[in-house]
Amino acid sequence: MRRWDGLCAGASAVILAAGLLAACADKGLPPRQLAGADPERGREIARRAACGACHDIPGVDWPKGRTGGSLAGFASRPLIAGRVPNQPQTLVRWLRDPSAIAPETGMPAVPLTTAEARDVAAFLYTLQ
Amino acid sequence: MSALDALRGWPPPVLDPAGPFAGPVTTVAWVLFAMGAVVLAIVLVATAAALFGPRRWRARLGGERLVWLGGFAFPVVVLTGLLIYGLTLTRDLSAPPAPGEVRVRVTGEMWWWRVGYLDARGGEAFQDANQIHIPPRAPVVLELEAADVIHSLWIPRLAGKLDMIPGRRNILRLQADRPGVYAAQCAEFCGGPHALMGLVVVAHEPRAYAAWQARQGRPATPLPSRGAEVFAAAGCGACHTVRGTAANGLAGPDLTHIGSRRTLGAGILPNHQGTLAAWVADSQALKPGNRMPAYPVLSGRDLRALAAYLEALK
Ligand code: HEC
Ligand SMILES: [Cu+2]
Repeated sequence: MRRWDGLCAGASAVILAAGLLAACADKGLPPRQLAGADPERGREIARRAACGACHDIPGVDWPKGRTGGSLAGFASRPLIAGRVPNQPQTLVRWLRDPSAIAPETGMPAVPLTTAEARDVAAFLYTLQ
Repeated sequence: MSALDALRGWPPPVLDPAGPFAGPVTTVAWVLFAMGAVVLAIVLVATAAALFGPRRWRARLGGERLVWLGGFAFPVVVLTGLLIYGLTLTRDLSAPPAPGEVRVRVTGEMWWWRVGYLDARGGEAFQDANQIHIPPRAPVVLELEAADVIHSLWIPRLAGKLDMIPGRRNILRLQADRPGVYAAQCAEFCGGPHALMGLVVVAHEPRAYAAWQARQGRPATPLPSRGAEVFAAAGCGACHTVRGTAANGLAGPDLTHIGSRRTLGAGILPNHQGTLAAWVADSQALKPGNRMPAYPVLSGRDLRALAAYLEALK
């Protein structure tokens, strides 16, 4: 009995997830393309800069800080830091100087060039 | 770049010596490895002969003579030879400091390194933490001490490991043949976040070294700022010293020139405003069990102001 319940729950979760994914794919979020940016390079830049000191970032093993919250699923978030629309150009600006967008934020300006910030943004948009 | 990053990669730093005090250690390691391989081969061949060889060989192998020669004389000769060889190679590594040598006192603390630069008379000229600056192509004497438990300083590319023992002062010499950054790690389990107790050695060109020394010896001259107020109000000065300000605590690393450090948290993180804020807000998430409390009481603005203040302490 138990096992079947579990299986059913699992199966419905899968179906639900698949449905959601399909829904996303159908209606589609606006495309978030950053011409020429490389997500893999972005991941390495994020690792080296230790963005993980504040964030739990899928694909970066260590550290996994708690100050800034997890970035899992970032690509499907409508808002950046719950404040501004999650659009590529805004994200690149946010990464370089968050307080220009949100004066109360605790996230300091991290030393990234615009090119690096674009790579990191491309990486963040791979976090489904 | 953090010490953790610098210790990655190929060849492993221990096989890639960068100075005359690390070279002999690597040589001894290779010689021991080679001798071990030769002895292992002899033992394997003898075993094979004993199992599958003709009767005449087996009789020889079982004889008393071979036991005395192979089981006693051979190890005594080989091990004595290796011991003498190793000791002569490493003899000069721990001779007491000679006049004129650069002296740095490194104290292992749970779980970071207090670093005092000594003047000619052996007094402490100024203090820093978690990194050692040296001039290249000159031997530097490290006086190793421990404040609490046994630690061990291991800078694989520059020197062998040497323990830091409470109540004792051990001498470790090192020299970098070229300017560069060399990573180090505590190599004796010292509890809690021992694995996150790293350090970097920075070898500067002589001119840059002199400039660094002059800058480092001066007190900080922070301008009044929100960050300075937060630092004072949060009580950071109870544990940290910022020379030139009221902060004179001794329990934690000297922060007078924290902005010029390459790393944070004893070698584990790169140093910039982002990691500074992360460390102050919640160092316990990054280095669980370390002796600095987390600060879940600072607002976002205050945290950023504090990070900016620390980063400006160059
Ligand atoms: C109870 C004592 C204590 C207090 C209070 C304290 N710290 Fe620390 N701090 C430490 C210790 C101990 C370390 C070393 C931790 C380690 O690496 O194991 C440290 C490390 C640091 C470092 C990293 C230094 C380096 O070179 O890696 C910074 C930066 C720092 N503290 C800033 C602050 C600030 C800012 C405050 C106030 C908000 C503060 N500390 C309050 C004890 C304290
Ligand atoms: Cu240790």
